[in-house]
Amino acid sequence: MSIEPSKSQFNTLPKTLTGIQGLDEITQGGLPEARPTLICGAAGSGKTLFSMEFLVHGAVMYHEPGVFIAFEEKTDELSINVASLGFDLQQMQADKLIKLDHVRIERSEIEETGEYNLDGLFIRLGYAIDSIGAKRVVLDTIESLFSGLTNEAILRAELRRLFEWLKEKKVTTIITGEKGDGMLTRQGLEEYVSDCVIMLDHRVENKISTRILRIVKYRGSVHGTNEYPFLIDEEGISVLPVTSLLLNHEVTSERLSSGIPELDRMLGGEGFFRTSSILVSGTAGTGKTSIAGSFVNEACLDGKRAIYFAFEESPHQIVRNMRSIKIDLQTHIDKGLLIFSASRPTLRGLEMHLLSITRLIERFKPAVIVLDPISNLITVGSASEVKNLLIRLIDFLQAYQITVMFTSLALGDKRAEQTDESVSSLVDAWLLLRDIESNGERNRCLYVMKSRGMKHSNKVREFLITDKGLRLVEVFVGPDGVLTGSARETQQLLEKTDVALRDQAITRTDREIERKRTLLEAKIASMKEEFESIKEELNKTYIADKLKQSILDENKKELTQKRDKSI
Amino acid sequence: MNSETQPQSDEEEERYVLRLFIIGASLNSMRAVANLKEICEKYIKDNYSLEIVDVHQEKSIAAKEQLIALPMLIKLSPSPERRLIGDMSDTPKVLKGLGISQM
Repeated sequence: MSIEPSKSQFNTLPKTLTGIQGLDEITQGGLPEARPTLICGAAGSGKTLFSMEFLVHGAVMYHEPGVFIAFEEKTDELSINVASLGFDLQQMQADKLIKLDHVRIERSEIEETGEYNLDGLFIRLGYAIDSIGAKRVVLDTIESLFSGLTNEAILRAELRRLFEWLKEKKVTTIITGEKGDGMLTRQGLEEYVSDCVIMLDHRVENKISTRILRIVKYRGSVHGTNEYPFLIDEEGISVLPVTSLLLNHEVTSERLSSGIPELDRMLGGEGFFRTSSILVSGTAGTGKTSIAGSFVNEACLDGKRAIYFAFEESPHQIVRNMRSIKIDLQTHIDKGLLIFSASRPTLRGLEMHLLSITRLIERFKPAVIVLDPISNLITVGSASEVKNLLIRLIDFLQAYQITVMFTSLALGDKRAEQTDESVSSLVDAWLLLRDIESNGERNRCLYVMKSRGMKHSNKVREFLITDKGLRLVEVFVGPDGVLTGSARETQQLLEKTDVALRDQAITRTDREIERKRTLLEAKIASMKEEFESIKEELNKTYIADKLKQSILDENKKELTQKRDKSI
Repeated sequence: MNSETQPQSDEEEERYVLRLFIIGASLNSMRAVANLKEICEKYIKDNYSLEIVDVHQEKSIAAKEQLIALPMLIKLSPSPERRLIGDMSDTPKVLKGLGISQM
């Protein structure tokens, strides 16, 4: 068990483990050793069973033999009663681990003729203790003495002496007492037993019964003072230790995929944190169970173990329905990775639900669990009780490093929304599913309401449940608002047409330009030709002129020379 | 162990078979023995057998005989069986318990 009783640095009060599931955590180590403890409660609150478990566990688990003095039940009746819990008292008596003694006292058979004391009981007890070396003693409803003997003054003095004597004997004792009017016990036994007093109660609310244990007093020890629900089933008593008062769970930044790639992308690209709690809420038929199924499927594909707690549908129904969206849970069940636990919420009280959940978790040790849906639990408890349950469950799960996904049905009615509201503050991630109704159809939308500790998308996505699986698509946000479903598809189609048209237009213009360019370029070429010919023409005259000039100049020179010679 | 028997019977009544459980030499035990003997001698003289058992000597007897309060006297006969506890100082109650009508 991961919840270890904390060790005080001063070793003050030695304690004796009861072996009763959960109680040793609440009392941080069990009952005070070598001292008497009073267990009080109304008839049928489980006192005898409690004390019997204390003895049997002591004998079997801690090698401390025990003596059971029954003032009410006969020893063979007692054996039969506890045999249903799998304790073989006959065998244990033969093995000298347990000694049963039935003290019968009948007022009508007894005449009191003066002073007496309870030495007979002392001797019996002493003999029983010594004969098996007992370390534990149970006196089951010692108050019966008061109905058998009339001299209260003697009885009270003798009881005081008895408890002192038991302390000297160094046996850890449980004394049971029936609840009295305005007192813990009818005869005020709490007066004599000052070390530890535990009260058991049995309450029926809304026709559902809950057993409750409370430590009224524990001298010299820290203890939980709350009312702890407990359960009696085929394994005996288990107390719910599922309230850790400190928020000191280890955290991890490991991620778990939701099984929907688009959703993972919305959650910072990798999915949920491991050990986190996720709430998926939405109106009817928005696909909460599908998301849960996908989540479980992904975990199992990854080789992790998972438990699916179904409060609404039967496992077969869920498996069949998941198959329709291409999620095959049956193979995981066959591989032993996935188990279903289906029960109607009204089957038992909330505490019993919590207990059966925690017990199954302890046995199966899953990495992932799903509770589908928690909103149904409200039929057996108020919103605050459900919240309380979930707090404790989440605490428990975090201690065990388990990731949990709750689904919650929002009806639009106040009560269910309250669940949402009260639970939402506890969870780490909250996915909200909504129906959007427009143009004669309903479409599912999903958004991440919150996701602690990671960057997450603020977008509304359309959530598609297809026969190939779950998908999320971006919704169309246009001038007319958010479009989903066929409106979105129409819009997408329209856009596609637009694009095609535009593309075509662009190519036409391009061709036109090309043509123009070719035309112009041709024109430019011909003009160039023209220019070349003009240029040549011009050059021709120019060269002729130049030639003429140079010839003239030549002639002039020659003439001048000739004239000079003639001089 | 100390037993005393008076086999003679001069009355038609059934013999009284009594067993007194005491514990060691405690004050209550001593008183019970003395008081009982006195009552027996006075009312049912020669018509009773009394066995005195010290529980300290034989502790297992406590569970066998359903002993709780001590001293305790068991009237085994005449029936019905009756149990008397205390130091036998309340004579009328002892007589009532033994089923002896006062003379």
